[in-house]
Amino acid sequence: MEYLIHLAILFSIYGILGISLNLVVGYTGLLSVTHAAFYGLGAYATAILLTTTGIGFFLSLIIGVLVAIITSFLIGIVLSKFDDDYYALASLGFNTIIFALFLNWQSLTRGPLGIPGISRPELFGFDFSSNLSFLILSLIILVLIFYISKFIVNSSFGRVLKAIRGDEKAIQVFGYNTAYYKLTIFVISAGMAAVAGSLFASYITFVDPSSFTVFESIFILAIIILGGLSNMRGVILGALFLILLPEALRFVGFPPDIAAQMRQVIYGLILVLLMLYRPQGLLGEYKL
Amino acid sequence: MSVLQTKNLTKRFDGINAVNNLSIDVEKGKITSIIGPNGSGKTTLINLLSGMIKIDDGVVSFNGSKELSKIQPYQVGFYGVTRTFQEVRLFEQMTVLDNILVVLTERNVFNSLFEKHKQYHLKKAQEVLEKIGLWEKRNQLAVNLSYGQRKLLEIARVLGVDAEIILLDEPFAGLFPEMVKIVSGIIKELKQKGKTVILIEHNMDLIRELSDHVFVMDEGKLLAEGEPHKVLEKREVVEAYLGE
Repeated sequence: MEYLIHLAILFSIYGILGISLNLVVGYTGLLSVTHAAFYGLGAYATAILLTTTGIGFFLSLIIGVLVAIITSFLIGIVLSKFDDDYYALASLGFNTIIFALFLNWQSLTRGPLGIPGISRPELFGFDFSSNLSFLILSLIILVLIFYISKFIVNSSFGRVLKAIRGDEKAIQVFGYNTAYYKLTIFVISAGMAAVAGSLFASYITFVDPSSFTVFESIFILAIIILGGLSNMRGVILGALFLILLPEALRFVGFPPDIAAQMRQVIYGLILVLLMLYRPQGLLGEYKL
Repeated sequence: MSVLQTKNLTKRFDGINAVNNLSIDVEKGKITSIIGPNGSGKTTLINLLSGMIKIDDGVVSFNGSKELSKIQPYQVGFYGVTRTFQEVRLFEQMTVLDNILVVLTERNVFNSLFEKHKQYHLKKAQEVLEKIGLWEKRNQLAVNLSYGQRKLLEIARVLGVDAEIILLDEPFAGLFPEMVKIVSGIIKELKQKGKTVILIEHNMDLIRELSDHVFVMDEGKLLAEGEPHKVLEKREVVEAYLGE
């Protein structure tokens, strides 16, 4: 049971990451590969604040979100100069820079040693130290993020995002300065990723840079591409699939000396086959 | 009264002048056509006027505005300008209705987060979609429309914004006769409402029927201008189309 709760918590965290990245990639059509950086900023903010100050988890979460918002605002201004493939490459560059900060700013992050001993949340005397209570908290936040995102994409603002994805120049002619829209959604998305990071740090009770590499950004991207771009329920399905699939492959019964490698091969193969036969993802509306 | 003016407008692509030192005056409330053989610079001119490409030299002014040597696409709406495209550019993965609503609703980023659409936006969208006969298809994705319907939807999008200067880049291309009637009716109606229409078109019968004034372009330059029946008979215009 504890194992299933653990998977469900991971699913909630990656669900938040997927939903938030989908706002940028799925709805706006900007191929961002920098999400793990904002996820990491949230995680590190919570880790540092909970281990060095007396403030509570929820305040640390808010500060983490603010750090991600300010950072993403600055990154977003630079990214607004780029389009298409160049946007993806530049965003990847920013992920690498922030990862390097996590790794090398040792006085703050303890570098590769990471930060242990992060406490679990407490709210009005209620302690979320059990995994079940933490799961309830993370599911509540997932649902909240889901509905906030739904509200955004169903608004006029969301309609403009979809128009930007469709034809940015064409929507500009109708009086929209699209740079503001792209920057706003990028910042909102980063703030949401920081929420996931705070949850992750408090759940695992330890953070180190290895959780926030470019590969993590690619994994989150895989969740939304697999689940379906610009489809909220698709992203939830994608997160569920990519969290559960490697776990399910543990039970296939490969010989122990090649089990790990075989799991990776099959995992990769399933993704390739899905993209070949279902390029718009499980529930997606369009292809990248 | 002039509503659009260009002075020495120039655009070069790889050293070739696509628009070459072009100075024109467009009169308010008239249908002005821009004609010329393929590659004469008509679409480049429209792209310059709508900020889609950068001006290399020269200036543009709209409605008595200051002379602009740089135009951003998002600014042209402010000057009361809107356009259609030679190749239809819709928001393909959005519904027919959303293609119209998106040009009607709130422009302020923050306010737009708290608005879906107002009742009068919906009413306006219904009005323009009924005009082109696409109201029944309002919930279909634009990508699923026929070519002609897509072309009409692009025109409906322009009608929605109620701009003063409307640039139409080959709005009749590829349309069935019935649709041509609808579009030419819409253009005449725009003129009746006092709007200025700038039309790029190859069909000379439609040019004669609709235009008050014609500019003829060749190799990026202004070759001739005037009333359509006079301009179309000029020897240099015929030669530009048919060769000497």
